[in-house]
Amino acid sequence: MAQHDTEHIINITIENKFGALSRVAGLFSGRGFNIESLSVAPTLDPTVSMMTIVTKGDDWIIEQIIKQLNKVIDVIKVVDISESDFVERETALIKVHTRPEDRAEALRIADIFRANVVDSSPTSYTIEVTGDVRKVQAIINLLQPLGIKELVRTGRIAIMREPIRTGAATRSLAKAN
Amino acid sequence: MKLSGSEIFVEALKREGVKTIFGIPGGVVLKIFDVLHQQNDIEVILTRHEQGAGHMAEGYAKATGQPGVALITSGPGMTNVITPLADAYMDSVPIIAFSGQVPTPLIGNDAFQEADNIGLSRPCTKYNFLVKDVNDLAVTIKEAFYIAKTGRPGPVLVDIPKDISMAKTDFKYPESVSIRGYNPTYEGSKWQIKQAAEAILKSKRPILYIGGGVIFSGASREVRELAEMMQIPVDMTLMALGAFPGDHPLSLGMLGMHGTYVANMAIHYSDLVIAVGARFDDRVTGKVSEFCPQAKIIHIDIDPTSIRKNIHVHIPIVGDCKRVLQELNQILRATVNGDQKELRKPWWDQINAWRAEHPLRYDQPPDGKIKPQYVIDRLYQLTADRDPIVATDVGQHQMWTAQFFKLANPRTWLTSGGLGTMGFGFPAALGAQAAFRKRLVLCIAGDGSIQMNAQELATAVVNKLPVKVFIMNNHFHGMVRQWQDLFYEGRYASSYLDVVPDFVKLAEAYGAAGLRLEKVSDVDDVIREALALDKPVFVDVMVDQFENCYPMIPAGGCNHEMILSDPPELKERQKMGVPKHQESKDGVLTA
Ligand SMILES: Cc1ncc(C[n+]2csc(CCOP(=O)(O)OP(=O)(O)O)c2C)c(N)n1
Repeated sequence: MAQHDTEHIINITIENKFGALSRVAGLFSGRGFNIESLSVAPTLDPTVSMMTIVTKGDDWIIEQIIKQLNKVIDVIKVVDISESDFVERETALIKVHTRPEDRAEALRIADIFRANVVDSSPTSYTIEVTGDVRKVQAIINLLQPLGIKELVRTGRIAIMREPIRTGAATRSLAKAN
Repeated sequence: MKLSGSEIFVEALKREGVKTIFGIPGGVVLKIFDVLHQQNDIEVILTRHEQGAGHMAEGYAKATGQPGVALITSGPGMTNVITPLADAYMDSVPIIAFSGQVPTPLIGNDAFQEADNIGLSRPCTKYNFLVKDVNDLAVTIKEAFYIAKTGRPGPVLVDIPKDISMAKTDFKYPESVSIRGYNPTYEGSKWQIKQAAEAILKSKRPILYIGGGVIFSGASREVRELAEMMQIPVDMTLMALGAFPGDHPLSLGMLGMHGTYVANMAIHYSDLVIAVGARFDDRVTGKVSEFCPQAKIIHIDIDPTSIRKNIHVHIPIVGDCKRVLQELNQILRATVNGDQKELRKPWWDQINAWRAEHPLRYDQPPDGKIKPQYVIDRLYQLTADRDPIVATDVGQHQMWTAQFFKLANPRTWLTSGGLGTMGFGFPAALGAQAAFRKRLVLCIAGDGSIQMNAQELATAVVNKLPVKVFIMNNHFHGMVRQWQDLFYEGRYASSYLDVVPDFVKLAEAYGAAGLRLEKVSDVDDVIREALALDKPVFVDVMVDQFENCYPMIPAGGCNHEMILSDPPELKERQKMGVPKHQESKDGVLTA
């Protein structure tokens, strides 16, 4: 199976209860699957959480990951978002060190990316940026020469686009265990 | 009327039909034990170690098909039961462990005998629960039993803090369970089943490869029907022994690392593998890239994660083995024509040639050292008419028992497959005997393994569980010694057992019977003597120390490349016997 690794974004609908997160995290570590990012928060239904995991693997591994997730009893539904047309976002808070001569440059970069300055001090700006992973990475790359003091990212979340015409390929793997 | 958590526990277990609980009390479960003490419906068997309790619950569950129950205290009680939980998880055994926990306000405080029971057991249970409110207790127990025994069975842990076992509430036992994230698939896809039937009809060299799932799903009859109707040879995994009669003409015996020559050759050269309730474990497939190179693979299993985990499958069928096979057989019955015996003749000629080429064998010289295979073979011959339940420990003796003890019925075989847990056999046998007081329960052990749970002799004696234990005593961790002989140039690092207790005296010290078997000519007599005793017996069988278990496929090797007997250089080395040791560090021999 000389397949190559591809990135997958998986949305997991899961019981919002004690220990559920560790069951999923433990599954990934126990079976040696990798997690690039993970984010989790309650949904409209407070008894249910939505967890988004970004992972990498060949088709064989991704199939196992999805089956294994489905097998976790607290997991209600698993969708490989990247199988369909989707929107993804991540937010980053970036604290940039700014010498007086760099402050204008920092603001200009923030402006280009439609990022907001959410805090400022005489020697720093804290910039909030939201976008897909490329955008977030791009602003980080540009700000890095100025000196990034601290960086916090939410991890990526994603949602399927609502199909406009019929026939949009979505694959939601029915839960079966 | 309001009941305490402990009373609810007992009532709930009665509703689940539990007859026996294995366990050891401690501070946080005293109340539960106290309530159990004051009723007569459920028997409590006090074990001498929580590992014993867990394996007894496994033995009970494997033999009866009903969940086995262990009740243990927090902290060390819990950590001691981890091995049985892991064992049950690997081998899909429905057991439920109820652990005591420190009172809820103390959880997380490093309280006396506190352990993170949920965290400890998460990777080795199908599911686990911490009960935080006494009002949830009844539902939780109902769910625990439901999860343990449905779908692919497995162990469940329920952690009950002390204050929950004391608190009172109204008792109402739920009639049914619904868990939104848990809906096992029982019905196989009709389309896929049709594909499977067509593949079987087309196949020239089909083989059935059956696993433990056949036993859990109660599909023995369906397997037999399929095999007989289509004249398909049957390979069994270690876990499947008993699912298909070992002495049936279509049985090729066990496959895999120590499987029979014919079982491994037949699967390797087959053109269609019909896997039923088996999981293509590495001890079966050997080198994955060269597993069954010419075969199409049908895989029937209730657990979707087992399918395409290690092996590419052409026709996957997720569902309950019994139901799927019923449908498959129905289609085949309606479509099959022609004399299958005639049709399959070339395949069976080939199989019979393999069979004749290298049958399982051993050489028992009439006045030489006792060969372990001979004792096991005699034990089989002398007890076959009594349909015994047979437990084993882990090592060479386990593989020989798998090879020579031809079991006729499902649920008569208790062995630790996936985890390979030494110390499993004796307590598992006791658990089965507790469920079936009148049946003959045998345990075949090694002198290494038996020492891992020999303390349960007390449990056997007190509870009048007359298990017959045959210890294949070779003063070695025999299987380790075999690997060292084959792959480590005979350096016996920590495999020689310098001191082995006198098992006869050990048994007698506990009030059980002890017998010693030293001469080939005594084998039948001593076996008969042991069987006639109405109490637990340890039979110390002094066997040939250097006997090796063959066939053997070295780890990661190919299934058609088996070692069939001791290589010549090994024979030379062994002639010199165990090196006399001038200096001896425990387990290490220095010549
Ligand atoms: C708990 C545990 N520890 C270690 C092992 C590794 N191991 C596998 S077989 C074996 C030796 C078993 O010796 P014995 O019980 O005397 O059986 P024999 O092979 O001699 O028949 C060992 C140490 C194991 N399977 N389980």
